[in-house]
Amino acid sequence: MTTARNVLTIAGLTLREATRRRVVLALTTLTVVLIALSGWGFSRVAAENDGSALTSGEARLTASILLNLVMFGFSLIAALGTAFLAGPTLSGETESGIALAVLARPIRRSAYLLGKWLGLVVFGSGFVVLAGLAQCLVVRATTDYWPPEPVVALALLAAQTAVLLTLAVLLSTVISPMASGVVAVGLFCTTWVAGVVGGIGEGLGNESVARVGTISRVLLPTDGLWQGAMNAFQDPSVFITFGGQDVAAFPFLSSAPLTLTYLGWAALWVAMVWGLAAASFLRKDL
Amino acid sequence: MSVAAQSTDVGDDARREVADLVSGLPSAPAVWCSGLRKRYGKQLAVEDVSFEVGRGEIVGLLGPNGAGKTSVIKMLLGLVHADEGDVMLLGQPGSDPASRIRVGYLPELFRYQPWLSPLEVLTLHVRLSGLAVSAKEQRDCLELVGLAGRAGDRLGGFSKGMQQRLGLAVALVAGPELVVLDEPTSALDPLGRADVRDIVLALKERNVAVLLNSHLIGEVERVCDRVVILDRGRVAAAGTLAELLGQRELHLHLSDLSPEAEARLAATGKVERSGEWFTVSLSADDEGTAVPDLVRDLAALGARVHAVEPARITLEERLLGILRDGAAARAGETP
Repeated sequence: MTTARNVLTIAGLTLREATRRRVVLALTTLTVVLIALSGWGFSRVAAENDGSALTSGEARLTASILLNLVMFGFSLIAALGTAFLAGPTLSGETESGIALAVLARPIRRSAYLLGKWLGLVVFGSGFVVLAGLAQCLVVRATTDYWPPEPVVALALLAAQTAVLLTLAVLLSTVISPMASGVVAVGLFCTTWVAGVVGGIGEGLGNESVARVGTISRVLLPTDGLWQGAMNAFQDPSVFITFGGQDVAAFPFLSSAPLTLTYLGWAALWVAMVWGLAAASFLRKDL
Repeated sequence: MSVAAQSTDVGDDARREVADLVSGLPSAPAVWCSGLRKRYGKQLAVEDVSFEVGRGEIVGLLGPNGAGKTSVIKMLLGLVHADEGDVMLLGQPGSDPASRIRVGYLPELFRYQPWLSPLEVLTLHVRLSGLAVSAKEQRDCLELVGLAGRAGDRLGGFSKGMQQRLGLAVALVAGPELVVLDEPTSALDPLGRADVRDIVLALKERNVAVLLNSHLIGEVERVCDRVVILDRGRVAAAGTLAELLGQRELHLHLSDLSPEAEARLAATGKVERSGEWFTVSLSADDEGTAVPDLVRDLAALGARVHAVEPARITLEERLLGILRDGAAARAGETP
């Protein structure tokens, strides 16, 4: 009971920090700009479609690709935001001494870490879900396209954010605030590139190259979850319109939905990395 | 009377007996630590440190830079893991976070969330302590440290001194029975130092134990009941001020001194003479009668007493003596 109260107190404090440090304001501004630009782009697609320049299949394909592209932008913003927030909020507080007075209270370090993590998950996931939902509504208003599984897609985007910030939390318990943000975002981008390379390998039927993507998705499940989110955002007909296996080679389309096994692995990965972060933080001398 | 009612009465009686028994027991010390040891890499920071802070007692932790004072404090509070040794806070094992419910702490490195206001910081700490402290009590606490006028301002613009005052309020806000102050006046002006001294003495009156680490020896000497001196991670000396400062001295300016008067002087303690000035050592357990008795007897024996000046070794002199003795002993051990 006490532990749960402490976890929620620290989570609330982390969310308040994000608000007070104007992270929310910065992200909202970026999101509004991105949604406005994409809204204009989608309205242009709709205008082309009205002039019968595109078939209905091509229009859905274009909408799917553009939607996935914008969603990638949001997931990148969320990744940057949470990774650079996790560093200062955890290792920054340890370095500056802010954590000393807090951890001298009757609070377990694991509860403190869980509170920080929970606050960041709510913040990052909340951002991608709200921004993603707003984007879906803009697309619906401009092109009349609605993703086949928006709830699954947004949940997977949120899960991707949670995975990355769990990594950032682990890194911030062992390295400096700035380094933890840089390494987390670097690994996120590397995994995405490895996923694209793997997709090209799949498209070309080259198993060795395709394995690059598979291995990277196991090591860091951000790209795997992103592929699942794209699959839930895109129209099922794109597979036929785009030309079967070639979908895999295109970075903003996904060839297959996620399996339950992979989701289970992602959950286990988060639990393991969080456990490592807790073990590292518990041993730390402040 | 029914059987159920009887058994309830028996239960109440037993509980009352246990309560009487427990209330008769001496309460556990506020701090008890034994054999604390800490090594950072190759550097041995703390070695076999043991001491106690009784309830309502003010204990000063003294020592040069790098003596291990802050490491000891952090080990007591679970912020640094001891390689060896045990800690009990307010009668509970230090490894249990619940032992810190009634503990207030002002760290040497005092920093608080710059995006919060002082009142929000206090509310956060009250919530984490799990105790009920009213908003009025929190405001009173800010008033005590002189921050009532800035209760709602963001900490981002606060000076170091104001942040240290807030740190003091944080340490005091949740009804502590033990307050640990690590260099509490390092950023304060003389007025602030006097305020801290008054606050510490007020805590003692409320039977709150205080562990005070300060470089200001005069400050420690004025408020502390006992002192623990650390040198190179070990306890170099510990005890009450009277025990540590040992014997007192008396400077006397005398003339027309008869052999009987000289014998009376020698009977008081060791005497050193420089012309008409005499320095007499007084026993540490003297209850204040030695000086008036001596002056009365000297006058009666015909000596003319021009001046009587009590002298006492200061804590600073004693501390420096202990540290120099330690350095000399180490130099003697080195081949």
